[in-house]
Amino acid sequence: MTRVAGLLDFRRLDLLATGDSSLHRLDPRAKVIVTLVFIICAMSFDRYAVAPLIPFFVFPIAVITAARLPIAFLLHKVALVLPVALLIALPNPWFDREVLLQLGALQISGGWISLLSIMLRSLLAAAAAIALVAVTGFPAICGALERMGMPRPLAVQLLFLYRYMTVLGEEAVRMTVAREQRGGGRPLSIRLHGALVGRLLLRTWDRAERIYLAMCARGFTGDFRGGPPSRLGRLEIAYVAGWSGLLLLLRTHDVTQWLGAAALGVLR
Amino acid sequence: MHMADALLSPAVGGTMWAATAVAVAHCSRRLRIEADDRRVPLMGVLGAFLFTAQMINFSIPGTGSSGHLGGGLLLAILLGPHAAFLVVASVLIVQALFFADGGLLALGCNIFNLGFLPAFLGYPLYRRLAGRAPGTARATTAAITAAVVSLQLGAVAVVLQTVASGISALPLGTFALFMLPVHLAIGIVEGLVTAAVVVFVRATRPDILPAATPSNRSVTGVAVSFATVALALGGIGAWFASANPDGLEWSIARITGADELDSPLTTLHARSAELQRRVAVLPDYGFRQDEGRDASPEGAPAASNLHRPGDRLGTSLAGVLGGAGALFLALLVGFVLRRKAQPT
Repeated sequence: MTRVAGLLDFRRLDLLATGDSSLHRLDPRAKVIVTLVFIICAMSFDRYAVAPLIPFFVFPIAVITAARLPIAFLLHKVALVLPVALLIALPNPWFDREVLLQLGALQISGGWISLLSIMLRSLLAAAAAIALVAVTGFPAICGALERMGMPRPLAVQLLFLYRYMTVLGEEAVRMTVAREQRGGGRPLSIRLHGALVGRLLLRTWDRAERIYLAMCARGFTGDFRGGPPSRLGRLEIAYVAGWSGLLLLLRTHDVTQWLGAAALGVLR
Repeated sequence: MHMADALLSPAVGGTMWAATAVAVAHCSRRLRIEADDRRVPLMGVLGAFLFTAQMINFSIPGTGSSGHLGGGLLLAILLGPHAAFLVVASVLIVQALFFADGGLLALGCNIFNLGFLPAFLGYPLYRRLAGRAPGTARATTAAITAAVVSLQLGAVAVVLQTVASGISALPLGTFALFMLPVHLAIGIVEGLVTAAVVVFVRATRPDILPAATPSNRSVTGVAVSFATVALALGGIGAWFASANPDGLEWSIARITGADELDSPLTTLHARSAELQRRVAVLPDYGFRQDEGRDASPEGAPAASNLHRPGDRLGTSLAGVLGGAGALFLALLVGFVLRRKAQPT
């Protein structure tokens, strides 16, 4: 069932890009560039960085809220990476036992600090990618990448994959739900499963073929045409410059440390 | 065996991005020269097939681990290496964007490990071993050999990329010691699945395999027959599909002893401790004291803290307070933007 849920999530995430906000209307290239700057800045800290990573959450939070995206849904999508992140981070406390931090009697080894760092990195990377898709949409991202130099055959392949995938996915969800409602909770036998999957394949292929023929009939020449033409205007330049500046500042200056020192000063 | 952003440094990730970009440009040029219109929808549907097939994890007998079809070799046999590479790349891009699987920085690594290696190293090996018109046994042997070689190289690549990035504390030897056997098993399964599909396609529609002479028959029938086998295999796979983590996660879990480990634990522990001692003298571990200082107030080096115990609590406290403050400010920005974005 998780696969069905995953496909539904895919559809919902995809639909979020049809929203209308000042961020949605920006040229996709600006959003792609800022996301890449974000990932490079956030991922370039060394393995013991924890505190300097925290201010970086401002970027996904700002994008998600300014674009009026559903916070709970996206939070759930991002949180899905945590189990995998925990697994890939767990070796660190095992291998890296040197004590780096002492809070009173509590000794914290470098491994635990880098574990925390890997968890934060995973959250940041996932949040940035998902926020980009939610506010831009996959076809627009492909268009932006193509205008930034990605070869056309890969762009066309991506758009074809994207179209066939949703066709296949929605069909699969409908068939699975129908079978569950009529199956009385019985598990799916191999024989029935083969029939179900075979039927799904034929339907998918038929529909994909119809879509392809319809596209040829409408003058498909091997290229996909994007939405309304957009250009890198003043807003886009301001968006890229503003975020890049802030992200570079967060990368080069330890804002967390300043805030902490200021807070301590006030307390004293 | 997806690489993850969280384990990668931008230097390693960027290098692999550059290598992958060159390969994408080369393959795209080749496809443009060949200019086969009918291949465009075929590549698209094969990408969608690969995508669904990859969601199904096979359990690997006797290990408690599971893996899924990589598909790079299979696509290379069906489409030729250039088209196959682009199809695998497209699937990985969609996974990175929609499912945060791997991540954007790690895309270059993943496309190289799972696309380039099988298409441009595994596939030529398969062609050489299988010859022009192999029988079932020969095709199976060739596919298993090629898949095992591709996946072993891929596993080595993951280990090297992880260790070169220096985010994970896993020593090279230990990591490789677990990755290679796990991916040997995955490679054999991958080879068997690949061979089954190839043998079927050769029996039903030999004309689509690049080795045969091209014909003018419709691509539709080919795609349908191929996808039938593929989905039938997927159906069987779903039956055996397990909730076990896939190879990479499993081998890491094994190393950490996160899963229940009974007798091997003590020897594993002794061996890893010994390996750790040996690796610790490498200069790789030396950077900690220089870089730990300016990067993280919480991770301030132990050496300097020992000299000034008074500062220790202050530095840590500042880190904790600052972290909380930064998080609060980030949330405040979100709150303000939310209020502003609210239609009034």
